[in-house]
Amino acid sequence: MADMAEYLLWLGDDALVSAQRLGEWITNAPELEEDVALGNIGLDQLGQARALLSYAGELLGRNEDELAYFRDDVDFRCTHLVSLPRGDFADAVVRLLLVGAYSEQLYAALTTSADERLAGIAAKAIKEVRYHVEHAAGWAVRLGDGTDESHRRMQDALNRAWPYLDELFDPHPLTDHLDGIAVDPATLKEPALQRITAVLDEATLTVPATQRVAGGGRDGRPSEHLGPMLAVMQVLARAHPGASW
Amino acid sequence: MHGDHAPATSAGPAGPAEPSASGQSSFDRVIAGDGRIEPRDEMPDDYRKSLIRQISQHAHSEIIGMQPEGNWITRAPSLHRKAILMAKVQDEAGHGLYLYSAAETLGASREDMMQALLAGKARYSSIFNYPTPTWADIGAIGWLVDGAAICNQVPLCRASYGPYARAMIRICKEESFHQRQGFEILLTLSRGTPAQHELAQEAVNRWYAPSLMMFGPPDADSPNSAKSMAWKIKRFSNDELRQRFVDMLVPQAQALGLTLPDPDLRWNAERGHYDFGELDWSEFKAVLAGQGQCNVQRVEHRRRAHTEGAWVREAAMAHAAKKAARQQQSARGAA
Repeated sequence: MADMAEYLLWLGDDALVSAQRLGEWITNAPELEEDVALGNIGLDQLGQARALLSYAGELLGRNEDELAYFRDDVDFRCTHLVSLPRGDFADAVVRLLLVGAYSEQLYAALTTSADERLAGIAAKAIKEVRYHVEHAAGWAVRLGDGTDESHRRMQDALNRAWPYLDELFDPHPLTDHLDGIAVDPATLKEPALQRITAVLDEATLTVPATQRVAGGGRDGRPSEHLGPMLAVMQVLARAHPGASW
Repeated sequence: MHGDHAPATSAGPAGPAEPSASGQSSFDRVIAGDGRIEPRDEMPDDYRKSLIRQISQHAHSEIIGMQPEGNWITRAPSLHRKAILMAKVQDEAGHGLYLYSAAETLGASREDMMQALLAGKARYSSIFNYPTPTWADIGAIGWLVDGAAICNQVPLCRASYGPYARAMIRICKEESFHQRQGFEILLTLSRGTPAQHELAQEAVNRWYAPSLMMFGPPDADSPNSAKSMAWKIKRFSNDELRQRFVDMLVPQAQALGLTLPDPDLRWNAERGHYDFGELDWSEFKAVLAGQGQCNVQRVEHRRRAHTEGAWVREAAMAHAAKKAARQQQSARGAA
């Protein structure tokens, strides 16, 4: 049960932290249509986070808000990629593409999880994630194959994000303990990369040759960006412990 | 030339109106018959200009109005409230988009309207120049600001200009939902801890008078009203709508367990309405003139988002042009 809760935190925290970053875009997007779209995607991810954290919370005797607002950064289990600073619109598109391509494989695989509740959450999430990847792919192509400046910005954003991609696919003993329930992240790498490189090709962008960085998000070694993000996210809830909203 | 509106609304008793040289007589017949003017109908220049001004100001208000609430998306105190707030701000962007489209049917371009907003030349509702220092402001905006907006906008669902009226029908449905959510935030706070109750009361104290000013200056001091009512864009005067709003608020405040910050507020049995105190119109004028707490910040925020996004919009245009050129080339190759 502890393993299952831990796994749900992996997925729930990735979704929650991604949603929080997308929330920062609302009122800041390049077009009103994108304020709507990024808000929409963030809202989907927040919905996924709530379903996953509620489930984890039931196993841990805590509710979704206790998990979101009253854990410190070292207790979060998200990967570093999702907590990177907001950056420019190219960063948002790249991250949405990379995380989306991973999530697309992940949730597709989880729809056949032996845990029925997790399979149900995945079945709902996969529909949303496919739309998110489509949206990101459309922008990646528009920007990569747009102007010289947009091409340069996209390639820069890709170079910045790429070292963090591998962490998503790192094998971990936890998924071995959840045989038939969880998915070995390593098995998602090839299909996800295929999806990503197909988009990058069409966008006339180059797959970066950069080395990966260490990661550690699944094991309580969060990025430096997570702490400040949580300081903002949790400030009001923590100022009124025990209050209802 | 008439649009696609139902004949019953545009035709006078004598049958379909013939477009006259001036267009004036068929316009007058539609207005007198409580019909709808549609984009291709002839209309007086003043009517067109006045509507462009009103609808674009309304659109700008939706867009600028995203900021005071957007301020709390990252800090919303529960995931449930965060989700509701994100959805709400998204709705507002959607309302802005409907309204820009409605204004475009009158010949205005969204780009020009946006430029006027960024240049500080276009107005938006003065209410959004007030800050949201606490979470309770999100509740107060929903209850009071959206509440006032609904009182103002429900009659606009019958405005004489068809595209505007239809946009308002969609917008009002979502606004009433937002208002209920705001009420619910305040109710939860009011019944919560003493600190939460105090936050709710303070927010209501700050937003009450500004929300009453959303109906505009007193009738005696409202130059555009008479024309607007004659054209059946506006159906009720500023003061009538303000009174209706106050009458609605008082029992709701009682249900919330919160007070309204007006010592002169009391039931007047003779009138069948609540009497309320004089509003501080000098503050209203100062905020309209650009001296509210957030006037500079709101326009600057929009300008920054627009400027920082310029390369994205240019790229989208460049890509669309490339794609079209490629398609043309391959079509030529196939021929």
